[in-house]
Amino acid sequence: MSYSKCRVCRGPAVIDLPRHNANFCAEHLQQFCRRQVDKAISDHSMFTNDDRLLVAISGGKDSLALWDMLLELGYEADGLYIGLGIGEYSDHGGAVARQFAEQRGLRLRTIDLREEHGYDIPTAASATGRVPCSACGLSKRHLFDRAAVEGGYDVVVTGHNLDDEAAVLFGNTLRWDLESLRRQMPVLEARNGMPRKAKPLIRLAERETAAWCITRGIDYLVEDCPIAVGNRHIGYKEALNRVEETSPGSKAAFYQGFIDRMSPVLHGTDEEIELSTCDRCGAATTTTICAFCRVVEVAQAADPVPVDMVLTRRGGGRRRRSRQTRSSTS
Amino acid sequence: MQISLHAPKRTEQVTGVSSVNQLLDRLGLSREGHLVIRNGTLVPGDARLADTDDIEIRPVISGG
Repeated sequence: MSYSKCRVCRGPAVIDLPRHNANFCAEHLQQFCRRQVDKAISDHSMFTNDDRLLVAISGGKDSLALWDMLLELGYEADGLYIGLGIGEYSDHGGAVARQFAEQRGLRLRTIDLREEHGYDIPTAASATGRVPCSACGLSKRHLFDRAAVEGGYDVVVTGHNLDDEAAVLFGNTLRWDLESLRRQMPVLEARNGMPRKAKPLIRLAERETAAWCITRGIDYLVEDCPIAVGNRHIGYKEALNRVEETSPGSKAAFYQGFIDRMSPVLHGTDEEIELSTCDRCGAATTTTICAFCRVVEVAQAADPVPVDMVLTRRGGGRRRRSRQTRSSTS
Repeated sequence: MQISLHAPKRTEQVTGVSSVNQLLDRLGLSREGHLVIRNGTLVPGDARLADTDDIEIRPVISGG
């Protein structure tokens, strides 16, 4: 049993949300989530029911919860999954994404990096010297943009949640990275041949999107990307969660305050960057060959690198062992 | 009670805790970064736990 009662119906609660000073049963948690997403879409004029949406699907809780919520709210939304070649993590992510789509009769397009572009993320990271998460993000952004334009979609929709955005904001602020701060918006307008992009989950924390999936019976990829384990982004999230636990609502105040009060100031200092088109793929770029095509060129020429080699270089194995040791001795 | 954990996947036996929040504190896990599923149902922090319960602690932090 539990003592917490749902704020709406007074039935047994399944989750406590200290930042809202509220507890919810499954039904009213879902109502709460839908309303938060609806409000984000409305407040930031992200898209309308007339738009065709392409949802970036990883198989994790955020992308599947987002796809599910958008359909519940009546939007036309297809999915795109990119097979990144990160060992079992990618295999499992692709399987749960396909299962989600098949069970609901949804359209899910799949791009396999190795099959269609001749490389994978571990190889790209190793061959180019990029941080793996950087090679991954670059590849996904380029391919989602291209697929949206070629498929006639109006908006690329991603599952970035409040924790993601607060952590990115924290990192950008620590470095006073003004260019990244300017770009950190809930909506990026279409420009230079790139589609509009929107983040409807910015009002939901990770606990809430995970709880949505659990209470809706959605099977999602629980394990995190093995390459991301221990990365700086997760460190920022853990730091912000420590603040949140002693001061509920801090993450939302940090991010929403930025969007409402700081972002307009930064946009008054915009400098227009001149873009040309990539000689190879036609994407917008500041050079003659775009960053994606440069990564592809180097990675395709390299021998495939197993994911374990990237983990060893990043010290991921050490991190996982230390986590295991800490919990087993408690 | 039997506890299923992730990252890495494993099970542990824990005794002497009576609530979800106590369990997370005992294991050194943050409340903001985890959800707890008791006998297949999501439960809040003040949910009571019995030694016969099957518990899954699910991390919610992802790498972005």
